[in-house]
Amino acid sequence: MTSTLSADLIASRLAEAVPGAVEESNERDVWVKAESVLDVCGFLKDDADLKFDYLVSISAVDYIEHFEVVYHLVSMPHNHGAVVRTRCWGREEPSVPSVTGLWQGADFQEREVYDLMGVSFTGHVNLKRLLLWEGYPGHPQRKDYLEPPR
Amino acid sequence: MGGYTPFREANAFFGNLYDLFAGLNVFGVSLIPEWLAYFVAGFLVIFIVINVVVITTTVGTWVERRLIGRIQSRLGPNRWGPFGLLTPVADALKLLTKEDTRPEGVDGWVFNLAPLVFILGPLLVFAVIPFGKNTYVADLNIGILFIIAVTTVPTIAMFMAGWGSGNRYSLFGAMRGVAQLVSYEVPLVLSIVGVLLLAGSLSLVDIVESQRIPFILIQPLGFFIFIVAISAEMNRSPFDIVEADSELVAGFHTEYSGMKWGTFQLAEFIAPFGAASIITTLFLKGWEGPVLPSHLWFFIKVWAIWFILLWVRATLPRLRVDQIMALAWKFLFPLGLINLFITAGLLLIWEDPTTIQLWAMGGINWVIALVCLVVSSHLMSDKLTARPPLAPVPGRSSGRAQEAR
Amino acid sequence: MTLRTEPVTINLGPQHPSTHGVFRMRITFDGEVILDVEPVFGYLHRGSEKLAEERTYAQVVTLTDRLDYVSSMSNNLAYVLAVEKLAGIQPPERAMYLRVIAAELQRISSHLVATGFFLNDLGALATPLMYCFREREKILDLFEMLCGARITLSYMRVGGVFQDAPTEFWPAIRDFLSFMPEYVDEYEKMLTGNEILLSRTKDVGILAGETAINCSASGPVLRSAGVNWDLRKADPYDVYDRLEFDVPVGTVGDNYDRYLLRIAEIRQSLRIIEQCVDQIPEGPVRERIPNLVRPPVGDAYAHVESPKGELGFYLVSDGSIAPYRCKIRSPSLINLTVLRDILIGWKLADMIVTFGSIDINMGEVDR
Repeated sequence: MTSTLSADLIASRLAEAVPGAVEESNERDVWVKAESVLDVCGFLKDDADLKFDYLVSISAVDYIEHFEVVYHLVSMPHNHGAVVRTRCWGREEPSVPSVTGLWQGADFQEREVYDLMGVSFTGHVNLKRLLLWEGYPGHPQRKDYLEPPR
Repeated sequence: MGGYTPFREANAFFGNLYDLFAGLNVFGVSLIPEWLAYFVAGFLVIFIVINVVVITTTVGTWVERRLIGRIQSRLGPNRWGPFGLLTPVADALKLLTKEDTRPEGVDGWVFNLAPLVFILGPLLVFAVIPFGKNTYVADLNIGILFIIAVTTVPTIAMFMAGWGSGNRYSLFGAMRGVAQLVSYEVPLVLSIVGVLLLAGSLSLVDIVESQRIPFILIQPLGFFIFIVAISAEMNRSPFDIVEADSELVAGFHTEYSGMKWGTFQLAEFIAPFGAASIITTLFLKGWEGPVLPSHLWFFIKVWAIWFILLWVRATLPRLRVDQIMALAWKFLFPLGLINLFITAGLLLIWEDPTTIQLWAMGGINWVIALVCLVVSSHLMSDKLTARPPLAPVPGRSSGRAQEAR
Repeated sequence: MTLRTEPVTINLGPQHPSTHGVFRMRITFDGEVILDVEPVFGYLHRGSEKLAEERTYAQVVTLTDRLDYVSSMSNNLAYVLAVEKLAGIQPPERAMYLRVIAAELQRISSHLVATGFFLNDLGALATPLMYCFREREKILDLFEMLCGARITLSYMRVGGVFQDAPTEFWPAIRDFLSFMPEYVDEYEKMLTGNEILLSRTKDVGILAGETAINCSASGPVLRSAGVNWDLRKADPYDVYDRLEFDVPVGTVGDNYDRYLLRIAEIRQSLRIIEQCVDQIPEGPVRERIPNLVRPPVGDAYAHVESPKGELGFYLVSDGSIAPYRCKIRSPSLINLTVLRDILIGWKLADMIVTFGSIDINMGEVDR
């Protein structure tokens, strides 16, 4: 069974490795600051004890006041998983650093999030819409999205 | 009637028709002048041959689809008419009534002319094929050269279609087609030379008559090379890279529709019959055979060869373009040379072989052919051994910590 | 004399016989050799994730059918597992066994389709495809017994399955288990040693294990690259931890390995089904839960090893009857990340075969 690492453990490891990155944590979840996502992920990927070498998925949720980007990570050697969350505020230009440099598998997922949710990923080399066409008005997965009049 | 006598005598079929028309008279006054009788008789012969070929092909499409259906464990067309026999009619009607679309950016003349040029080659082949005793359109003394010449015509059409369509898939297909034809023409001709040495003539009628025993028994290697090379020339699977439907949509005729496309298809369905006719003539003693009438023998042999071509088509996956070229130059070409040298050498020893000597030649050739095929297929398929089935591993157990990778 | 050459760009798709749907690749060729590939998605985008936000938890099951329409069972399973995790529902034993049977049948059918189309991409004039579809038909018959549908099944429900298997299902599946291995042997006999298949697939489109992990590839694509990672073993769901089966793992990571792996997985799936049929207990097949499930506020991620790879559902609940957010982690889309790594430098014909060996489904890629 893929064991889920406790958020407290990750938060404490992060606190020493990337100081100031953890925004908030409880026993279940750990939130990191949006701007330090890349550092956090880099640490999680390379640390010998954690070794999250496999990025399962990147999801974004629209909580009206903020967007939450959720990273599901799995370590294949240790067979444990973790969930890292980050909040980005503002509806105009929410942005998170891209992790494509760490995991190539983030490429399409970040493009999808950008396309449907409108969260841009700084540092992504090819941040274009994935499913919709260029020039599509708005980002349909946002909660305030209204279908354009036909 | 003087000037036309040689033709009349050489071709009984044509001669009878000619005599019929030229002999029509009212009170001794000839109704049809000689030149017109000659023309009408010739036209009728061509008309009959083309129609026989096209109708055979139409039936062939039905048989092909039914047989491929059997091979693929399904039924095939069986709705229209008894056993679906009228399906080709429905196909033809559908194609004839279909809109003929012409995409923008095509090169009009080249685009429209290509299907006609394409069907020319397969049809012209039948001009020199002897369908039975004394049944042929023309007994050219360079018959086999004529066949080699006209079978290359479709390639020009292929490139016309590929270029004229203004479509990159078509162009890809056309380029592949030209490369493939240029490569396969060499082993094709080489494999025929052995037959020509034995027959001592280029005329197809002479070749048939000179076969005391079918040349397939004396020229097994030649037969093998010829059948491989001719299926490559016809772009049949496993050499159908020209119109590889999973790669190039439809290759050079991607942009065609309606009856233009139908013409391409017709030509492609005629081609195997043409190939089977050539093989029958060159290697299987043509129309000769005991008991049954000569036309029936020819018919049976052609369909048998045609079935082998179809069987291969329905069974094998496609080769890649470089592998096809490698097969032509590294495999068929040396084999063709070996075959030529052996045949020529044996003919030097037995200059005018008796039947027993022919059987001996056949024996030697079979041994050499088998050795050559086994050795060269080993050389070709050095790396082609199947991997053992993947070793199933227990999988990581549920639980932490395993440096399994 | 030097010939002036220039690269040619071809739009492969969206209407193309071997893009397995409406996928488009913008490919730059140098002659026949591929210089660059740019995948273009979205021709089948139906907004399933957005639609899910407008439906109750039970209704979303039908949406999942239409993701990967050749393996609806796996999609159903992944979704209901996510809802059950979110709402804390434990399905009855019998239902879990039925789910595993259904999911493994679906795996066999999906791998049959994949193998058939793979050979079609190789240019085998649909003959192997027809052979594979012959057996797939039998599986669809079994599905018809289970739930009345053949393709869009909607068999799984939150808290169990739609209905118990009818009595005639059990002899039918025993029969299937008895003849299927012979058919798999038949495929192997016809395909595995075929020289043309070998020369076309062996050492073509090699994917390294590290690249596969880095690209988040999953399923047969990942395992063929030599990575021993199968969610049925690594993170067992339903009753997989009680079943004995092996995970085939590739050695080279080429197209041939991906083909071999699917055949080997079919055999393992048959093993799993056999054990399930033997072990399945009597009992109810559905937990008694309200029609309108209202999971507590929170989120949950559940994944299954679908035939294509790791299919995950990330559900966020706000306590209402509909999911607040339903994110689908689609294996087909993410497996395509490896495209550039394994296509560039190969020929057009290899590209088609390699692409076919990844086995994607556009319904799942575009959702």
